[in-house]
Amino acid sequence: MNNIHNRQVINDVLIENAKKDKDIIVLCSDSRGSASLSEYAKVLPDQFVETGIAEQNIVSIAAGLAACGKKCYVASPACFLSTRSMEQAKVDVAYSNTNVKLIGISGGVSYGALGMTHHSSNDIATLGSVPNMRVYFPSDRHQTKALFEHLLLDNKPAYIRVGRNPVEDIYTEDNTPFLMDKATLVHEGGDITIIASGEMVYPAQQAAIELETHGISCRVLDMYCIKPLDTEAVLAAAKETKAIIVIEEHVAIGGLGSMVSQLLSAAHPVKVISMCLPDEPVIAGKSPEVFAYYGLTAENLVKTCRELMG
Amino acid sequence: MGNLKATTFEIRQDILDTIMNCKAGHIGGDFSVTDILTTLYFKQMNIDPCGSEDPNRDRFILSKGHSVEALYSVLANRGFFPREDLKTVSMFGSKYIGHPTNKVKGIEMNSGSLGHGLSVSVGMALAAKKNQAAYRVYVVMGDGELAEGSVWEGMMAASHYRLDNLCAVVDSNGLQISGTTEDVMAHENLEERWAAFGWHVLHAAGNDIESLNDAFETAKIIKDKPSVIIAHTTKGYGVSFMENSVPWHHKVPSADEYIKATEELSARRSAAL
Repeated sequence: MNNIHNRQVINDVLIENAKKDKDIIVLCSDSRGSASLSEYAKVLPDQFVETGIAEQNIVSIAAGLAACGKKCYVASPACFLSTRSMEQAKVDVAYSNTNVKLIGISGGVSYGALGMTHHSSNDIATLGSVPNMRVYFPSDRHQTKALFEHLLLDNKPAYIRVGRNPVEDIYTEDNTPFLMDKATLVHEGGDITIIASGEMVYPAQQAAIELETHGISCRVLDMYCIKPLDTEAVLAAAKETKAIIVIEEHVAIGGLGSMVSQLLSAAHPVKVISMCLPDEPVIAGKSPEVFAYYGLTAENLVKTCRELMG
Repeated sequence: MGNLKATTFEIRQDILDTIMNCKAGHIGGDFSVTDILTTLYFKQMNIDPCGSEDPNRDRFILSKGHSVEALYSVLANRGFFPREDLKTVSMFGSKYIGHPTNKVKGIEMNSGSLGHGLSVSVGMALAAKKNQAAYRVYVVMGDGELAEGSVWEGMMAASHYRLDNLCAVVDSNGLQISGTTEDVMAHENLEERWAAFGWHVLHAAGNDIESLNDAFETAKIIKDKPSVIIAHTTKGYGVSFMENSVPWHHKVPSADEYIKATEELSARRSAAL
């Protein structure tokens, strides 16, 4: 069981790079502890900006810093960053094309029992719909590290969602295949495809392993790059396998499932099953309990795949 | 400053022509803010109209982005781009759109949605502090804009970080699209409000270049806190029938009104000379 959460990895990558590059600035909205960035703030106080609980302000300040040459990483709960400051993300980051990376921490239903105020089950729909905003949901700690090492090299806006809890490893320290904006093939398969992102990649991988025992060859794509979507991988899956299941910690409207469906309905219609969160405030509980309640599990993936394969 | 005063009426004529040409714009606020922008671009700011990206240039944000015709006209008259370009404002495919855009030479950031500029300018001023750079940051806001809550978040952050390289200007003309600012959302005691947020507050006659210039000079010597200039302006300044008139927030003049406005601006220009 891995006990290192993705936000810790982000702290480590940012410290390592910020020590070498004084233009890297991390901003928090009274969220340094939640974001596991307390160490960063302590080690690099001159490259850390605290704005207090002011999510609109933090995004605009980051944009102003970036307009003057800084490389800004804003870490704030995904629920607030993706809605409270959506207009600042749209205008000051995406529209003005500033080098601001918005890190939505404790994303999805990470805050389980805290209620809908603290859930970000619609952040693909909000920030993903903003022109010139990229959206990434990395799966495990190794991919998170690889993603941030790549993001550090560009100067374009992006939103990155990470969950609160440690995620089981999909990859290893020595073997983390990663191509920017290309889905990662987690499991080879020719019968059916599961497309997953973020915390849903692990159950997808487990389902594919289980399906082998049932004689079903299941392809698993880690679509960490929600936008720009790896359309090539999606189209190949549609052409080469019988059906597609998209599993996501997001509502149906405006999520990864809807993006995949929209692409395929025009380019290569196949059956697409969407497994996602409901269009209602989710039930209280820890995120694994919430996932189980709504069928976002390896077991339900296995069941659904077997039904689809007849 | 006599000639510069005359220049403000030439700039207003360009604003009027631009709005007549594209049949849209916010003439009342444009005329209100013209002297503030002229003072900044012609007297105060360290900027290069040739467009060199000197990292030490002063930065400007027009937070009340709907006064873009005034900004374009000031930039054109300051030499950032040909005045001829003003004929393309808001035309199909033009880069000179109806709010400030950083695709235009001399404009740092896109704006148009109110309540963003102060926070963006806080980031710019913070960057200067972190880089130990000497440039100053200026942001111009409308008084109606102060109803946006994000403005007050920016005010807090600016004084928290002691940004004495930041100077905000409130174009305080007392009117907004629906009526007077006091009727729409009262903000009396403006000086006390800014002061309570840790700002040094200055007042200026907002359509008087000398008064504005004095305030900007004073702001430069204030240390450890940001400064705000409450610029007491007249909306529609320069054309009698537009002054202090709510409908002229964004009315497009008729042909007759255009002729009368042109005559008044010309007379004011001559008087200034």
